[in-house]
Amino acid sequence: MDMMPDIPATFRPEQPSKVIRVLSDDATLDPRHDPRLNESEVLELYRWMVTTRQLDERLVALQRQGRIGFHVGSLGEEAAIIGAAFAMRKKDWLFPCYREFGAALMRGLPLQVFIDNMFGNANDTVLGRQMPNHSTHRASGYASVSSPVGTQITQAVGFSWGAKIDGKDVASLVYFGDGATSSTDFHSGMNFAGVFKVPVVFLCRNNGWAISVPVERQTATRTFAEKAAAYGIPGVRVDGNDIFAVVSVVREAVRRGEQGLGATLIEAITYRMGGHSTSDDPNRYRATDELKPWAERDPLERLRQYLERRAQWDDRKEQALIADIDQRFRAAVAVAEKTPPPSLETMFEDVYEKPPWHLQEQCAEVLRGPRAPSSHS
Amino acid sequence: MPQMNMVQAINEALRSAMRKDKRVVVLGEDVGKVGGVFRVTAGLSEEFGEDRVVDTPLSENGIVGCAVGMALYGMVPIVEIQFADFIWPAYDQIVNELAKYRYRSGGEYPAKLVIRTPVGGGIKGGHYHSQHPEAAFIHVAGLKVVCPSNPYDAKGLLLASIQDPDPVLFFEPKRVYRAAKGEVPENDYLVPLESAKVVRPGRHVTVLAYGAMLYEALDAAAKAAEKGVEAEVIDLRTLWPVDIATIVTSVKHTGRLVVVHEAPRTCGFGAELVSLVVERCFYHLEAPPVRVTGFDTPFPYTLEMEYMPLSHRILPALLDCAKS
Ligand SMILES: Cc1ncc(C[n+]2csc(CCOP(=O)(O)OP(=O)(O)O)c2C)c(N)n1
Ligand SMILES: [Mg+2]
Repeated sequence: MDMMPDIPATFRPEQPSKVIRVLSDDATLDPRHDPRLNESEVLELYRWMVTTRQLDERLVALQRQGRIGFHVGSLGEEAAIIGAAFAMRKKDWLFPCYREFGAALMRGLPLQVFIDNMFGNANDTVLGRQMPNHSTHRASGYASVSSPVGTQITQAVGFSWGAKIDGKDVASLVYFGDGATSSTDFHSGMNFAGVFKVPVVFLCRNNGWAISVPVERQTATRTFAEKAAAYGIPGVRVDGNDIFAVVSVVREAVRRGEQGLGATLIEAITYRMGGHSTSDDPNRYRATDELKPWAERDPLERLRQYLERRAQWDDRKEQALIADIDQRFRAAVAVAEKTPPPSLETMFEDVYEKPPWHLQEQCAEVLRGPRAPSSHS
Repeated sequence: MPQMNMVQAINEALRSAMRKDKRVVVLGEDVGKVGGVFRVTAGLSEEFGEDRVVDTPLSENGIVGCAVGMALYGMVPIVEIQFADFIWPAYDQIVNELAKYRYRSGGEYPAKLVIRTPVGGGIKGGHYHSQHPEAAFIHVAGLKVVCPSNPYDAKGLLLASIQDPDPVLFFEPKRVYRAAKGEVPENDYLVPLESAKVVRPGRHVTVLAYGAMLYEALDAAAKAAEKGVEAEVIDLRTLWPVDIATIVTSVKHTGRLVVVHEAPRTCGFGAELVSLVVERCFYHLEAPPVRVTGFDTPFPYTLEMEYMPLSHRILPALLDCAKS
């Protein structure tokens, strides 16, 4: 880059933009950003948000009963998660963090497969090799969940960059938290996407917390969106509890990618209404009254109000939906609980395409050796 | 057959792979116009364009993270890390992502890529241009690790690594990049992974070596022969999964083992090789196995020739082992 007397305008840090909101308190939609969803689309979104919340509650209960080992949920963040996934095209890919099972289900992950993963049983497509919620579903363009924070960000960039080299228009939506903006991969991913103009939607779920650490400890910038300026890409802030707004900004980001304009960073402002996971007790670091203002902005409630005002939803429909989810959940759990654990051999498979000699030896050693006391087989 | 050095042989392999398969892309720092700081990718950018031979931002984490994503898409990325010493920012992506993708997705996503990087000392590079970090990758389930010693193997092993379904770390011994010369067929051929090569037969002691240290082992073996000790020198070529059958056959025959590597001794690959041999050949061993290695210090600048396990240190170890 030449030495320039004046900083070019594109490199001037953006003013923290205002938060894009579509669904107002009186349940009307701001026409400036209204994604103009039809009635059945809005109902579909609402059903997936309810499904996600219902499953979350039931999975926490299963964990408390000791029937599954762990759950990391999306309580309060359903609009950001479901809305963003909804706005992507079928051919696009999702690179999840770990709270996005609702998006996977909406994209086609069968409930039974998801529940099998929660139990890590023989039918789990990842064969009990990972903790619960670390699912994968290639058929719906859902990459594999891993625990290390941020690593999916560069991968999402590489994925769509690969497609671009291949001459195909395939965008990626990558989900990550506010905490992940401090990671190396956030910087690398944003930077590579900026330099190579890759069609990636960076969706930062700013839910206020990284386990017990508040956002002020992640950054000294006023917003997460303004970090985009450092990479030469636009950053927008959106009300993450407003599904219309989320759909709208993500669609706009996809459109930019389609037009060859590259990536967009979206900061979805939301709130983690539960603990970090079932392993966490948030009462140790945050007062319950902090939840109040966010409870009033609950994304499901807001959408339900919108639907009820238009007589598109009522208690009876709600009850029927919940009863249906409950029944399907129970059935899936019953099957998953009856399914045995994966066979011992599966521990040694998929490390490489074919097990080399040392894994064959170790597998034989386990098979002829004693069983661990907790083993189910 | 044309004579080539290792740089040229690797360049040939890359060129051929890129010609045959449009999905092959080369990513790295300075790999484009300048053709790599060691010139290994020279001319590729001109032939295949900037989209497929990409000068990336200076971020090993970014290069490998993006390459993993490209591989998920279905490209075949070949990453160059300028020096192995600078691979650590990418270690998380290699260990936690690349190596585990197939396993953790139940086989849905094999993340296949090749990471090439120059290794080793003897070039006055100090500790940031000399390390030989194979042990840190051999230890990671899911990775394959290759280290050729000569141009013929370099081309054949690289082509095999590109075809292999698993992620491969391809360590190039930079000390012999240009010094090691030999005949290299113009056509493609494969040197199968997991195949060691007996490069000097002998009956008194087995010497395991790889990369640049192979030449030191051969030099020591030649000098030992003058003293009546016949060393069998094996070039491991693929470090992991190692060709255990060739090693065991040799040690059962000689009853003695010397392992040579540049990397520090403690928890080095030599420790694993000795364990594997002891587990399999204990009753054939006639002397304690010996490791001739770098020391457990950072790689030094001025005293690098004292640090490295060169012929002058291998020879006495070999003679002692053969006589004890
Ligand atoms: C590299 C890394 N460091 C630490 C952890 C442990 N950890 C798991 S989630 C988490 C907080 C992440 O916060 P954020 O990115 O805001 O996502 P959120 O959980 O709020 O969705 C931490 C510290 C981890 N998984 N990976
Ligand atoms: Mg957070």
